[in-house]
Amino acid sequence: MRLATTSGWNAALKVVAAAGLALAISACSSTPEQLADGSAGGIGGAGGGIGAGGPATPGSAQDFAVNVGDRVFFESDSSDLTSTATATLDRQAAWLARYPRYRFLVEGHADERGTREYNYSLGARRSQTVRDYLASRGIPASRMRSVSYGKERPVAVCNDISCWSQNRRAVTAIEGGASS
Amino acid sequence: MPERPSLGGPPSPHPIRLAHATDRPATMMIARRSLLLASSAAIASAALPPLVAPARAELVVDVRRGNFQPIPIAVADFVGDPEAATLVSGIVSADLGRSGYFSPLDKGRFPERPTFDAAPNFGAWRPTGAQGLVTGRVTRDGSGRLKAEFRLWDVVAGQQVVGQQYTTGAASMRRLGHIIADAVYSKITGVGGYFDTRVAFVDESGPKERRRKRLAVMDQDGANVRYLTQGDSSVVSPRYSPVTQDIAFMSQPSGQQPRVQVINLETGTRQVVGDFDDMTSSPRFAPDGRRLLIALQEGGNSNIYALDLASKRTTRLTNSSAIDTSPSYSPDGAQIIFESDRGGKQQIYVMGADGSNPRRISFGQGSYSQPAWSPRGDLIAFTKQQPGGFAIGVMKPDGSGERILTEGFHNEGPTWAPNGQYLVIFRDPGGQSGGKLYMIDITGKVEAPLPTPSFASDPSWSPLLGGGSAG
Repeated sequence: MRLATTSGWNAALKVVAAAGLALAISACSSTPEQLADGSAGGIGGAGGGIGAGGPATPGSAQDFAVNVGDRVFFESDSSDLTSTATATLDRQAAWLARYPRYRFLVEGHADERGTREYNYSLGARRSQTVRDYLASRGIPASRMRSVSYGKERPVAVCNDISCWSQNRRAVTAIEGGASS
Repeated sequence: MPERPSLGGPPSPHPIRLAHATDRPATMMIARRSLLLASSAAIASAALPPLVAPARAELVVDVRRGNFQPIPIAVADFVGDPEAATLVSGIVSADLGRSGYFSPLDKGRFPERPTFDAAPNFGAWRPTGAQGLVTGRVTRDGSGRLKAEFRLWDVVAGQQVVGQQYTTGAASMRRLGHIIADAVYSKITGVGGYFDTRVAFVDESGPKERRRKRLAVMDQDGANVRYLTQGDSSVVSPRYSPVTQDIAFMSQPSGQQPRVQVINLETGTRQVVGDFDDMTSSPRFAPDGRRLLIALQEGGNSNIYALDLASKRTTRLTNSSAIDTSPSYSPDGAQIIFESDRGGKQQIYVMGADGSNPRRISFGQGSYSQPAWSPRGDLIAFTKQQPGGFAIGVMKPDGSGERILTEGFHNEGPTWAPNGQYLVIFRDPGGQSGGKLYMIDITGKVEAPLPTPSFASDPSWSPLLGGGSAG
């Protein structure tokens, strides 16, 4: 109910934010449509820019990606949650509590400015941070899986901070129902 | 540098023979069977007596520092079976040239085509400037087996430095060239050879967001590329065993945790290593090939474990609330070098092989990672991240004597040649481009690209195929 009363303003803001992100990604990546593939596991497309212009069925994975925000971003070489990230994760926790039929996968990613082995562990540390936060907001650990992709799956490709900052991320990918 | 073998030094008492053959039987098997080669891969060798009385050898180059000049050398067209002779002598010349320590004479300046059973006309060769001359003969018997013979001549002294013959099956023709090049290289530099080796690497293709990463292996000169995985799982961090044809690597199916696996090139068997709940990464074999170091993810931390491949017994070696990864044994197996961010940024630490007494050894500006202990024991190679890019360097095992060998936006993943004289790294300019492999030497003077079919990363050098461990 509370979600419903605020959804008008919030949804409008989210769409604007998502569209802005999509533009930023387009500036770096020649094929933003591939984002959904790049974030494996999402059934409705986990990319932040996907479907930004269209309505999403409430309770769908697309609804989660577009209206809640499926990803949080990190500072360079850090796994600390920013205030923006905790706000996103609070919305994710509320949505996941509202739709308990979903399991989800937390993907940890790093930007390319690090060595391969270290970045795998850094991605794992970021996904662990997100898992811990969602658990602290009451989401059962039994619904979560996590995986690190290190620096192997960038969403934005260029030699510039505008890309790196998008690649330092943890993505919550909705995996489907039939749990809890 | 106590472990360093003598380089050059005083002339050996005559008769001069191939250094690494003197303590072995005259005929021996120096290659193991392998799936990558035909079953006739075994190569037998024997020393050839000199044709003229040997004098003092002066054909040496000291490659310990960067102040050497490449030695002018002529690799004559070998005689015998036309196809095989041309191929083998071409490989010898190309190997010696790419090493950076030799300057092969252009064929157009050859004054003669020497026969194999007589001494060359030294007077005709001296004006070319060539100090060394390699002559050879490759013949085929009725069953197709190949015999390759070569002699290395000191043109200035007018004497044979070394002569050797090898026999093998037809499928190992290229290896004959590499083995002869190794014999010439090691005789003149005093450093062990490295041409008869392979390099495992990650073959990369497709857009960077969805890049296909396959495990591949090739000869060190880029020939005979073979793909060992199909790309259904993403493969990174291959590490060759220093004694066998086993390769450990990380394999990640989409949506699943990466796991360390080991593939054996002789049997083709492939297995997941260990039974862990979380991600395993960054494998590295022990010098005896029987144990594997891995990094095991434990929540937000990564710790280093040793895993006995036969008994499957695992031993925890670090226990920190940090990312400990990229472990590498010393060649005697007594110590382990690794990277950790336990002090904030990634730095290099060394500890006993049982995990005892970890201590930091890198203290320069920036952060250090991917330490790799030279098979010669004298140096640690590393990747150094600093403003402006990723450099590759070496330092002594106590952390002193740091030298940067190459810099740029993104250099990564140093792996040692079995002779401890060269590294292969990968260099990625970023964007939609991708990595390429380069060989650099420890003096910083030599750099040569390794040809690969596509983008390539994470090189790992094999031991000498003919047996004998690194160094």
